[in-house]
Amino acid sequence: MQALVIVAHGSHLNPDSSTPTYDHADTIREVGAFDEVRTGFWKEEPSIREVLRTVEADEVYVVPLFISEGYFTEQVIPRELRLDGWDVADWDSDGLSASHVTLTADDVPEKTVHYCGPVGTHEAMTDVIVRRAESVTGDPNVGEGFGLAVVGHGTERNENSAKAIEYHANRIRDMDRFDEVQALYMDEDPEVDDVTDYFESEDIVVVPLFIADGFHTQEDIPEDMGLTDDYRDGYDIPTEVDGHRIWYAGAVGTEGLMADVVLERAADAGAEIGDALELVRERTRATPQAGD
Amino acid sequence: MGHHIDALVAAAADDDVRLDGLEVTQSDDGYTLETPDSHHAGLSEDALRDALGDYDDYATNWYVWSTVVGESSPQRRAFLRWVEGAGKYAVPERYDALRDGIHHEWGQLRITATIDGHGERSYDLRHVDDADIDVDDLDPYHEPLAARQLATYDEKGRYRPLKTGANLAGGWVFPDLDGRDLVETVETFYPASVPNWFREREGTLDVEHWEDTIGRQTGMYSVIDTWNRGDGHEHVNWVAEACCDDSQCVKRREWEYDDETDLDVDGGDGVFPCREPCSLVIAASRKWTRLEGEETKTYEFELTPSEKQQVEDIIEAVADDRIDEIREADVYEGSNRYRTRFLRAKLFDEDGNLCGVPTEDE
Ligand code: SF4
Repeated sequence: MQALVIVAHGSHLNPDSSTPTYDHADTIREVGAFDEVRTGFWKEEPSIREVLRTVEADEVYVVPLFISEGYFTEQVIPRELRLDGWDVADWDSDGLSASHVTLTADDVPEKTVHYCGPVGTHEAMTDVIVRRAESVTGDPNVGEGFGLAVVGHGTERNENSAKAIEYHANRIRDMDRFDEVQALYMDEDPEVDDVTDYFESEDIVVVPLFIADGFHTQEDIPEDMGLTDDYRDGYDIPTEVDGHRIWYAGAVGTEGLMADVVLERAADAGAEIGDALELVRERTRATPQAGD
Repeated sequence: MGHHIDALVAAAADDDVRLDGLEVTQSDDGYTLETPDSHHAGLSEDALRDALGDYDDYATNWYVWSTVVGESSPQRRAFLRWVEGAGKYAVPERYDALRDGIHHEWGQLRITATIDGHGERSYDLRHVDDADIDVDDLDPYHEPLAARQLATYDEKGRYRPLKTGANLAGGWVFPDLDGRDLVETVETFYPASVPNWFREREGTLDVEHWEDTIGRQTGMYSVIDTWNRGDGHEHVNWVAEACCDDSQCVKRREWEYDDETDLDVDGGDGVFPCREPCSLVIAASRKWTRLEGEETKTYEFELTPSEKQQVEDIIEAVADDRIDEIREADVYEGSNRYRTRFLRAKLFDEDGNLCGVPTEDE
């Protein structure tokens, strides 16, 4: 038997924080690739501390629903899971390349735990950003005549965060699909506040590389970009700003295709998932647009 | 029906069968069938089959526990057996009780186990406060994961950050769960409650006390460690009284200050244990660590005795979440809104300072 455990941050204040985690878990559960699909949270329950004891299967694939490698994936999650002999060096990562390690956990010594790298740095994540742009514009071929901005925190909180943003921005640029692609940040240059300065294209899709919608994606970024003076009043998609049309996508993690990245992570670590990837790609195609 | 008897006879041909007072053994003289009040020896396979027909409840009971529930998850099995008092009551009594419905409470959940004519169990799960409500007057659900939404908001639609908070809303019912789905649903309302309860019964619950849990924290939570200054644990008593009391959380707090030092407040009567301070307690304690780092100061206020009493009433009402119960015109209640507004109008200056006394020196 094999189980998938998705671990995420969660929130004491915002019920939407865990929604993407549950949604992706449900998508994967429905395609039947795992005998069990469980979720665990830093701020909600079951806690990451106790999630492994809710699992029956003896092979457990743990996928962190986080954007970048750093404090959570390297310290908090391994500690809370009680991974035996965890050493971040085993990931042998340059900040983007953590794939998986196989260990045991003191909490459930009879089980094998495959601890995977975060979803945000997987190459499949690039496709999710593009899919998000398709969802928000309602155009499966969006690209020509459009600029695309990938937005993250800057390096202030986590030096790997900017690496992940750059990585995906570069990959999308290499696709030659959008007229322009730009990485933007919340707390360093180039800043998301000045989004219109960085694009010639009239239409700009803005995709924040965040797992869940919350304070940053729903309040900060829309106000900083000038979509609205007060986030509580909402904003249109697209919104005209300085002669550009801004298609603001909200957190990329809410895109249904994220389930695909979770599966890829587990498959890279050795999970047998059959045709689940194709099924998930197919089933998540018609995701509702942001703001719906 | 009858496949349970076929299965039992087949199992007895392989090995002795023993469960809940039923024993079927095999020797050179044939099969022996025993229950607490009967004994049949020297039975052929056909005779065993016939004899079992007279002990159908024992036979279906064996079938349910060995085949339907099985051993794949010891914690699920233990929980389902607890729900119907298996091991505690003999099969005939237990079956009689199951025909009427056996009730158990699990936090704010009420589980009713019943049985049909074939020994098949089914479970009704609802809020404890809805015990007497007709099943047709509650919103029915059948999928365990539906519990996720029901657990997210309290009666007033506010987000519940703690799944075991004593503010689960009612009005719903899962009228006919099977055993597996019952456990899934219970675990969706109260994650990890069954495994922790099971570990406690087995004597293997890994309780982690305040000192250890706080010591493990890093990053923004590492500061809580400074709240422990090696001189007593009164501050942790206050934390437990504020958050873990039965009126706030349905878990039974098993963690203490450290290995040797128990807290002075009671851990509560919850059915299932809490094995370490939860993330909500940690987050609140970080705030308290900062607040409790302040030195006290002497302020001088003039209050009438009734005003002092009223301040106390307001604190009590907020702490016990009674604000909504206080009627608008009930001016006899110190925490009544008009009384409180009057107090503010009289005692606050334009900056919101009580009796015009600034919080910080000017
Ligand atoms: S620490 Fe206290 S409030 Fe938190 S789950 Fe345990 S008993 Fe409940």
